[in-house]
Amino acid sequence: MNDKVFACIDHSSYTPAVCDYGAWAALQLAAPLEFLHVLDRHPEMAKKRDYSGSIGLGTREHLLEELAALDEQMSRVAQESGRLLLDGAKQRAIEAGVPAPEGRQRHGHLVETLAELENSTRLFVLGKRGEAAESAPQHIGGNLERVVRALHRPILVVPKEYRKPGSAMIAFDGSATTRKGVEMIARSPLFRGLTIHLVTVGEGNRAAAGLEWAEDTLRRAGFAVQAAIVSGEPETALAVYLQAHALDLLMMGAYGHSRIRQLLVGSTTTTMIRTLAVPLLLLR
Amino acid sequence: MSISRFRQDWLSNVRGDLLSGLVVALALIPEAIAFSIIAGVDPKVGLYASFSMAVVIAFAGGRPGMISAATGAMALVMVGLVKEYGLQYLLAATLLTGVLQILAGLLRLGSLMRFVSRSVVTGFVNALAILIFMAQLPELTNVSWHVYAMTAAGLAIIYLFPYLTKAVPSPLVCIVVLTAFSMFLGLDIHTVGDMGELPDSLPVFLLPDIPLNWETLSIIFPTSLTLAVVGLLESMMTATIVDDLTDTPSNKNRECTGQGIANVATGFLGGMAGCAMIGQSVINVKSGGRGRLSTFVAGVVLLILVVFLDTWVRQIPMAALVAVMIMVSIGTFSWDSLRNLRTHPPSSSIVMIATVVVVVATHDLARGVFVGVLLSALFFSNKVGRLMRVTSRTEDEGRARYYSVAGQVFFASAEKFGAAFDFKEAIEKVTIDVSRAHFWDITAVGALDNVVLKFRREGTQVEVIGLNEASATLVDRYGVHDKPDALEQSMKH
Repeated sequence: MNDKVFACIDHSSYTPAVCDYGAWAALQLAAPLEFLHVLDRHPEMAKKRDYSGSIGLGTREHLLEELAALDEQMSRVAQESGRLLLDGAKQRAIEAGVPAPEGRQRHGHLVETLAELENSTRLFVLGKRGEAAESAPQHIGGNLERVVRALHRPILVVPKEYRKPGSAMIAFDGSATTRKGVEMIARSPLFRGLTIHLVTVGEGNRAAAGLEWAEDTLRRAGFAVQAAIVSGEPETALAVYLQAHALDLLMMGAYGHSRIRQLLVGSTTTTMIRTLAVPLLLLR
Repeated sequence: MSISRFRQDWLSNVRGDLLSGLVVALALIPEAIAFSIIAGVDPKVGLYASFSMAVVIAFAGGRPGMISAATGAMALVMVGLVKEYGLQYLLAATLLTGVLQILAGLLRLGSLMRFVSRSVVTGFVNALAILIFMAQLPELTNVSWHVYAMTAAGLAIIYLFPYLTKAVPSPLVCIVVLTAFSMFLGLDIHTVGDMGELPDSLPVFLLPDIPLNWETLSIIFPTSLTLAVVGLLESMMTATIVDDLTDTPSNKNRECTGQGIANVATGFLGGMAGCAMIGQSVINVKSGGRGRLSTFVAGVVLLILVVFLDTWVRQIPMAALVAVMIMVSIGTFSWDSLRNLRTHPPSSSIVMIATVVVVVATHDLARGVFVGVLLSALFFSNKVGRLMRVTSRTEDEGRARYYSVAGQVFFASAEKFGAAFDFKEAIEKVTIDVSRAHFWDITAVGALDNVVLKFRREGTQVEVIGLNEASATLVDRYGVHDKPDALEQSMKH
C-alpha cells in the first residue's frame, strides 16, 4: 500500500503550513492523509550531571532508577503534547476537506522513522526547519538534508506560509531523475489543474531537445505547459524566473551529487530550499 | 550513515563528555596506581595502561561512554606471573591477551555471554568488590594510627563533601587535602613515591624483552588466556550495565575486538593488561558522560596530569588512595543482592554465593564465573527435568495399560522416566503415548529403549505412539528397540 501522504509535524512554526499543504496534496491525489509526529528522544545526551565522582552504597541501582524516572517524566510530557499537536493537525485537515486524516506518534529519530514508513508512502510533506532549528533562519534544518538523502519517495518541502498552488515550475535538466519526474507528473493527479512551466538552465540543442520531449509528454497528458530556456547559474536563474512569473511551487531533482562535491562547491538543492519562499517538490 | 554515526558517538554530548572525562581521569589516577601495586609493578605501568586503554578503546570499542583502563580484576590474575618472571613477561602476556580477545571478537564469542546468568554477574561484581577491598588491607596492617585516621578522614571527605557541592569530584578533594595535610605535618607514612617509579615522560613504543620461543609461550599462555576471559567478562558485564543506565544499545563483538586492540597497543606501550571498569563507567555516566569523547578525554587528561604533576603525585599518601579504593569497592558491590538473598529463589542465591566464594578463595575471577555458570546450568536442568510426568490408566478390562508421557525427557529426568513404569504388572499390552513429550538426548532414548525391552522380557507387547518430529529423529538415529536385532544389541551394553 504505497498510497499515503505523510505530513511530518512538530512544534515548529511550519506546522500549520505542513498541515495545509498535506491536505492539498491528499485532496489532489485522492490519497489518505496521515500526520506523523516523531518523539525524538536523545539518550546519547546527558540530562543530569553530578560531578561528585563518588560511588557509594547502591549507587548503581539508584542511578538507574533516577535516570529511568527522568526519562519517563520527559517522555510522558512529550507524548501528551504530541497527541495534542496531532489532534490540532487532524482538525485543521478536516476543515480543509480531507475526509479522515489519521495521526501517529513514533519514538525514534526522524530519518530512521521515515525510512521505515517509506514503503507505505506516496509523498512526504515536511517543513523547511524543525523546532530545534527555528532560530537560524539562514540555514535549513539539520534533519532535512539527511531525510532527503535517505528517502526514495517524493518529498514536498514547504515554507511557513500556505498559498494554494495554482501554478508549478519544473526545473528540467534532462537527467534521468527529472525525466522520470516529468513522466510521473504526467501520470499523477497531483498537478491536475495547475499551469506548468518547464524551465531548463543552459544553452544548445541538447537542452532544447530534452525540453521538447518533456513539453510534449506533459501536453499529451493534458497539462497547460509553457517551456523556457534560461541562462546563468542554476540557483539564481531559476529563482529569477520563478519570481518573475509568480509561480507557486518548484519541482526538482534533489542532491544529484555526492557529499564530497557538495562540500567543495555547495549544493543547488540546499541553496534553493534555503532561499525560495515556495514549496519544493524534491525527487530522488 | 557513518558520518552521522561518528557525529552521534563523538559530538552529541560534548560538554557533558569533556567534564565527565575530567572527573573520571581524576578518579582513574589513584585506581591505576593502586592496581599497579596489587599486580606488583611500578605505578608507571598501570598509569600508561590506563592512558592507552582509554584512548584506544574510545576509537575501537563498541560501547560509547564506557571506561576501560588498568583494572583490579586483571591485576589480580597477573600477580603470579609478575612475581615469578617479571615485567617483560607481563608485557608479552598483555600482547597475547589482546590477540586472543581480537580472535574472540572475530569469532563472535561475545554472544556466549548469554550463558552467564544474572546471579553469576552479581557474584562476579561482589567478588570483585571484595578482592579490591582485601587488596587494601596490607596498607592498613602494622601501621601507625596516623594511617587509620587519615583513611577515615579520606572516606569522610569522599562521602560528605558532595553534600557541600557536587561541582567538584570529592575523591580529588580527599587526595588534595590529605596530601597537603601530610606534607604540612611531615608525617612519616607511606606515599605513592615509595611504591615505585612514576611516569616522567610520554609512553614510547617498545617490544617486550623476552626470548621468542616455545617456553616463553607456555609461560605466558595460561595467564593470557585467563586475562582474556576475565577482561572480556568484565567488559561485557560493564557494557550491559552502561546499556541499561543510558538506554542505548552497544556492539558487543566490536567491544571484544576493541578490548583486544587496546590490549595490544597497551602491551607495546609498556602497560599492563586492562579491561572495562564497572565503578569508573558508573561514575562516568553519573557525571554526564555518554559518548566516546568522555573515554578519550579521561585517558588524555590522565596522562597529562601524571606526567606534569609527577612531583606532586609522588607525595600522595597511600592512606588517601586506600580511601578512594574503599569507595570503589563499596560502589562496585551490589548491596541489593544482600537484601535479595531472602526473596530470590535459593538456587540463584547459591549460584551467586558460590561464585563469590570461589573467586575470593582462588583470586581468579574466571574460575568463579566458570563454577557459577556450571551451577546455574545444573540447577536449570534440574528444574526442567521436573517438567516431566507419566500418567497411566488400564484398558481392555485390565489386560492392557496406557501410559502417557508429558514434558521433557533428557539426562536429568531419564531416571525418573524409567521408574514411572510398573513392570511387575502382568499384562498383555502396553501403549506408551509420548506425543506430548520431548526426547532431547541419547540418555532419554536409551531410557525409552530400556522400558520397551523390559516390558518385552515380561512378555508384554509394547507399542510406542506419537513420537513427535524432534524425538523421532533422535530415536531413528540412536534407538535400538525398533530394529530387528534389538535385544542382542542392548545386551552388549
